[in-house]
Amino acid sequence: MSASSILVMVIGMVLVWGGLAASIFHAVNTGRKKRSSNATNNL
Amino acid sequence: MERSQWGTRAGFIMAAVGSAVGLGNIWRFPYVAFDNGGGAFFIPYLFALLTAGIPILILEFTIGHKYRGSAPLSFFRMGGKKLEWLGWWAVFVSFVISVYYAVIIAWAMRYTIFSFNQAWGTDTQDFLFNEFLQLTVSPGQTGGVVWGVFIPLVLVWIITLGILLAGVQKGIEMANRIFIPTLVIIFLAVVIRAVTLDGAALGLEAFFQPDFSAIMEPSVWVAAYGHIFFSLSVAFAIMITYSSYLPKKSDITNNAFITGFANSSFELLAGIGVFAALGFMATQEGVAVADVAAGGVGLAFVVFPQIINEFPSFNGLFGFLFFLSLTLAGLTSLMSITETYVAGFTEKFGISRRKAVLFGGGLAALISILFATQGGLFFLDLADYFINQFGVAAVGLVEVILVVWVFRKADLLKAHANEISDINLGAWWKVSLGIITPIVLGYMMFGLLKMNILQEFDTETGNYEGYSNMFTLSGGVAVASAAIVFGILFSIAKWHKNQNEYDERS
Repeated sequence: MSASSILVMVIGMVLVWGGLAASIFHAVNTGRKKRSSNATNNL
Repeated sequence: MERSQWGTRAGFIMAAVGSAVGLGNIWRFPYVAFDNGGGAFFIPYLFALLTAGIPILILEFTIGHKYRGSAPLSFFRMGGKKLEWLGWWAVFVSFVISVYYAVIIAWAMRYTIFSFNQAWGTDTQDFLFNEFLQLTVSPGQTGGVVWGVFIPLVLVWIITLGILLAGVQKGIEMANRIFIPTLVIIFLAVVIRAVTLDGAALGLEAFFQPDFSAIMEPSVWVAAYGHIFFSLSVAFAIMITYSSYLPKKSDITNNAFITGFANSSFELLAGIGVFAALGFMATQEGVAVADVAAGGVGLAFVVFPQIINEFPSFNGLFGFLFFLSLTLAGLTSLMSITETYVAGFTEKFGISRRKAVLFGGGLAALISILFATQGGLFFLDLADYFINQFGVAAVGLVEVILVVWVFRKADLLKAHANEISDINLGAWWKVSLGIITPIVLGYMMFGLLKMNILQEFDTETGNYEGYSNMFTLSGGVAVASAAIVFGILFSIAKWHKNQNEYDERS
């Protein structure tokens, strides 16, 4: 494969799969924060 | 009566992803990308995802969540009778799609079995059209029922309606929680095997080689927006219906980002797998990848069986996994398409879910027999073209214009989404919905209308695929028109008094 094809493939994977990973990470992270804040409020 | 609700956030996301990920991700995206600049296509594609796909997903998730109803009820609550027809139009577009989509899943199901001994033989094209589909009649003629398609079709409808009868949480959510991880694992296995074949690098080179001059052409941008639009299950009434089952506290915006990126992630994976396999086939036959590249039915049911024939080992297993992934991707989409009219009928007429599934799904199943006849492929091809271009795309265009410009609900919906979501919507959302999407979709629709009305297709008759005027009018134009006519007629009927049992959210 040529260097330009490899570069496009890597950038495409980083943007698309990275976008998915970031949005899932955000959901998990905020979900965890909300749960711990609810637990604190219930003390 | 308690309104159905998703059990978990993950369950909703799986169902939304299951709806978006369908046959098009596997057989449409790879060829569209290859045909429109290769690797350079990612630029308009990602731009379209962020300025049309995800913004419309957020819009539909917000409408469903705020107004807590199927598409017709949500639009009725938003703008009364003046807007309800739009919801029914989207529902009837979905109804039409479900009747032929089920047939394609039936083909995939049958090919899953054919894979074990490569029953398609060496001439896969002849097998598909002459032996399997028995396409011996002219366009517009039905011929007899093809039992080899009819029997798996019955099975497809039994599975789909069985899942819908079990309800939202125990049926749709549970099925997607099983089907989606299974699909991802199976498809990963297919892709890993494909990229380790001889010549795979040649295929990947063809798929990713960027032709940056292509992104200066408007047609490439239209292709990118068109693909994103058809791929994400927006303007089908699906996402409105699915989000209406969300609990009050739901992060709408991030759910839309996860759904949009998950759909794109799967189709990128599909592009890698499909072109790696095409590279293998081109190497075996000593031709260029462009000579074997194809999309749609031809790719799945003609080219892939050829690739499976040429496999060095485990041909049957590879074929089984490939067609099983097509079947699973199709089933998760079909159940979401069918749910749109099940929910619509339940709320409008106050009937039980069971009756709505048996009546709506049963009627769709009966009509789908037309596509399981000897001339079914012609009907399917024409209905698919017209309902997508003048159904889905038209609903999407009218939806953004009415919601943003005529009824001016964008600020209200933005406020609702921001109140419950972690990511706040900025000006980009309104600009994307109110300006970019209508311009691109409007330009696309204008081109399509011009091409069809002036008969500018490069065919003998000037019509799509060279079909006769009579067949084009009766099998395509009439079907697309019927969706809007039924939409208007259903909106005239009175709502059942119980539709206010589950109020909209403040």
